[in-house]
Amino acid sequence: MAPRIGVVTFPGSLDDSDALRAVRLAGAEPVPLWHANDTLDGVSAVILPGGFSYGDYLRCGAISRFSPVMDELIKAAGAGMPVLGICNGFQILCEAHLLPGALIRNDVRTFVCKDQAMRVESVDTPWSSHFEQGQEITIVLKNGEGGYVADQGTLDRLEGEGRVVFRYLHGNPNGSYRDIAGISNERGNVVGLMPHPEHNVDPLTGPSLDGTAFFTSVLDFLTAKV
Amino acid sequence: MADTVDNALKTPDLGQPWAELGLKPDEYERIREILGRRPTSSELAMYSVMWSEHCSYKSSKVHLRKFSELSQETPIGKLLAGIGENAGVIDVGQGYAVTFKIESHNHPSYVEPYQGAATGVGGIVRDILAMGARPIGVMDPLRFGPLDAPDTARVLPGVVAGVGGYGNCLGLPNIGGEVVFDKTYLGNPLVNALCVGVLRHEDLHLAHATGAGNKVILYGAATGGDGIGGVSVLASETFDADGPAKRPSVQVGDPFMEKLLIECTLEIFQAGIVSGIQDLGGAGLSCATSELASAGDGGMHVDLDLVPLRDSTLSPEEILMSESQERMMAVVEPHNVDAFMKICEKWDVLATVVGEVTDGDRLLIDWHGETVVDVPPRTVAHEGPVYNRPYARPDWQDRVQSDTPESLARPSSGAELAQTVLAMVASPNLCDKSWVTNQYDRYVRGNSVLAQPEDAGMLRIDEETQLGVALATDCNGRFAYLDPYAGAQLALAEAYRNVAVSGARPVAISDCLNFGSPEDPSVMWQFTEAIRGLVDGCKALGTPVTGGNVSFYNQTAETAILPTPVVGVLGVIDDVTKRTPIGFATEGDEVWLLGDTRDELAGSAWAEVAHDHLGGLPPTVDLDHEQRLATTMITGAAAGLWSSAHDLADGGLTQALVESSLRRDVGVTVTLPEGVDPFVYLFSESAGRVLVSLPAGSAAQLQELAAAGQVTATRIGVVGSAGPDAVLTVEDQFSLALSEIRDAWQAPIPAALGV
Repeated sequence: MAPRIGVVTFPGSLDDSDALRAVRLAGAEPVPLWHANDTLDGVSAVILPGGFSYGDYLRCGAISRFSPVMDELIKAAGAGMPVLGICNGFQILCEAHLLPGALIRNDVRTFVCKDQAMRVESVDTPWSSHFEQGQEITIVLKNGEGGYVADQGTLDRLEGEGRVVFRYLHGNPNGSYRDIAGISNERGNVVGLMPHPEHNVDPLTGPSLDGTAFFTSVLDFLTAKV
Repeated sequence: MADTVDNALKTPDLGQPWAELGLKPDEYERIREILGRRPTSSELAMYSVMWSEHCSYKSSKVHLRKFSELSQETPIGKLLAGIGENAGVIDVGQGYAVTFKIESHNHPSYVEPYQGAATGVGGIVRDILAMGARPIGVMDPLRFGPLDAPDTARVLPGVVAGVGGYGNCLGLPNIGGEVVFDKTYLGNPLVNALCVGVLRHEDLHLAHATGAGNKVILYGAATGGDGIGGVSVLASETFDADGPAKRPSVQVGDPFMEKLLIECTLEIFQAGIVSGIQDLGGAGLSCATSELASAGDGGMHVDLDLVPLRDSTLSPEEILMSESQERMMAVVEPHNVDAFMKICEKWDVLATVVGEVTDGDRLLIDWHGETVVDVPPRTVAHEGPVYNRPYARPDWQDRVQSDTPESLARPSSGAELAQTVLAMVASPNLCDKSWVTNQYDRYVRGNSVLAQPEDAGMLRIDEETQLGVALATDCNGRFAYLDPYAGAQLALAEAYRNVAVSGARPVAISDCLNFGSPEDPSVMWQFTEAIRGLVDGCKALGTPVTGGNVSFYNQTAETAILPTPVVGVLGVIDDVTKRTPIGFATEGDEVWLLGDTRDELAGSAWAEVAHDHLGGLPPTVDLDHEQRLATTMITGAAAGLWSSAHDLADGGLTQALVESSLRRDVGVTVTLPEGVDPFVYLFSESAGRVLVSLPAGSAAQLQELAAAGQVTATRIGVVGSAGPDAVLTVEDQFSLALSEIRDAWQAPIPAALGV
């Protein structure tokens, strides 16, 4: 039986159907999860998708972080369940303190939608194991508040512990400190990034197929575990 | 104290502010005749907004009727809904239907660029939603004053941020549109918005209120004081050159609420628990209540005290006129109300029963227990004034048409041609627009097969069967100025061609007719000519007009905008994997030009860039040829013949070569045919032409196809190498590094905005 991977829909989530599709194309069973339910429905991994949950009105992710489903997610993440936060999902993970730091308004002040080059800095997570260390990939980036910030000590620790998972290449699109595009928690099971791998799994609609490895990585991880 | 019907009867001679509300003396008299008394102030408010130019189409109605007289058959079947509904609906096969429409939000976007543009997107999306369709994409044709004008630095970034801010937050891919600069748009920028939606045939919903006892539910955002009188005060009057800012009339958007409204409404449709549904846009509650009641078979009773308010001090008149965004009205059978409320609750959407459908034929509205509105709804919604405005060909038209570009100095040497290429690509209308389009999400929903800067936007609607739709919007206002009849047809032909070039079959159009003041007979003539051009054009192409929008009064004092009939064409493609992109792909591919090039430079980008000249007659239109060319493109695409294809329009062959090269940084070497004038061949804007590339060895197949369609096909070159050293070469004339062209092409917008 294919592993079941959940995708949470918050009010204002937009890329939930894309994430579900990417899970399906990778060969896992996609499971839609609803923010207001305090259950993960027995899934083995969870994706928090992109979008503008609660309109990003207070602070990106600040309200979603208190959704009933998040209590379950925080428990599961603590127990080692793979969790991927994409864009707004990354912002929610930071607000929930599953990942350190915060995402602030792009330094260019505008929303940015582009095909972004980045380097895979760590293959030691369940979401990046199918990449080569140092591999250069292109992933769709689209956000208004994607500037990753943290204090110096946190940044040094992330670097020292190999928890910078993705780094922007050929120009920093949003002012992220140290060109950071994505990070993991200490254990490596929780990963957040601003670019959108779910938009890079179909040659007809995406600029590359570099997103596929995110989903096949976790599928392998879950299959090996079973 | 509210002005009740009783009070109106008691005080028949009370002076009323009808003029301030935009009504003319005879219109006010007619309201009194209809009611047999003076209107209450609430009734006056309703009539004034509903009889405004924006809502009633009073100056355009007699001309727009010609659209409904067109055949309602598309090349692939009958329209499921046509003009008069919120949006037209087309059967695209496999049980799917598609609905699309284009609208203007011009005046608010000048007053308050961000909110004006944002709520323009919101409004058209709700129109599509009200048909029962899931909105799947948007496009925005935008027009601004000169790029270097100080006010453009205010309007352009605000409009772009508004379009992006709203559309991105809704999760709708923005897949195309236009960005055009001209001095006539300086005080009157055009912000047009198109939305496309998809539904199953059985999910089609039309807006009407039937069944006495059925509940009228207002849901979505609460009603506030924003946008009061937007349609009458803003959209239906010319801006005074030095009048006060009209900011209070602009609405404020909440895209998050709209996203909830979309998901909530689609779930309500799924559950099959609504009898009628209507969005609240221009004229707010006045429009929704009167239109729903007017289209149904009974009357309606509404209690305004039940309307949730953001501002408890609002008067009944203000509540009726408010254009607060993100509101919808549904008619629901009583036994379904609980289920309706439950879905709204799931999505955190406020829903309130505010009234019910009645047996009578009156629209009755109460406030604090007394009747403040008692009107026949048809007289508000559908039987507004109709004007036969005088129109006359302006006396300057001959002078403009005889001022041909023949006398303008033309570049002749290779070096001069190369300089002209660089000057053209660095001009505002031909330069790179990615500063704009990179602020729009084109990827969300994962079905964007083609998006700007491609010729057409293309969306997959079924992942299993690969069925899809393509859309393009176009208009060259300079051509329309020289000859509005031909200009409208050229807009139609270009959008039609752009869709066909992508591989889709054009099936229907929607239009957004942007003009100056209808009270000026010259403008009215431009308008009638453009309609005549579109009607004749649609007849020739077999594409019905499914709906659209008229925007008049795009005029500041005596300066009217260029007549700008924007045409949106929808096409259908059975297999989106066969789509044709614009970019050259493979070194060694043959490059061919389809169509004929004539010495047609009047109104061209070259005449503007090199000489700031606008005179003469626009390029000739041959719609029969356009159809044959389209068939050639579609057949070739289905057969997998094209590596790339790009429509020739502004800037002619040169611009097409540049854009096809820059798309993937692939060079090209062109050999001009024997005996042609290099300048004319490179810069003429003759219609009906497409630049294609195809694998070496496929020429015979192309020639056979072109011969069958009686389309001229000329081999003009070969695709060159890719990478940093790629060049664009015209043999015996010049050679330019793509990097040099790119630098010139990318610079203008960021430089002008200082970003």
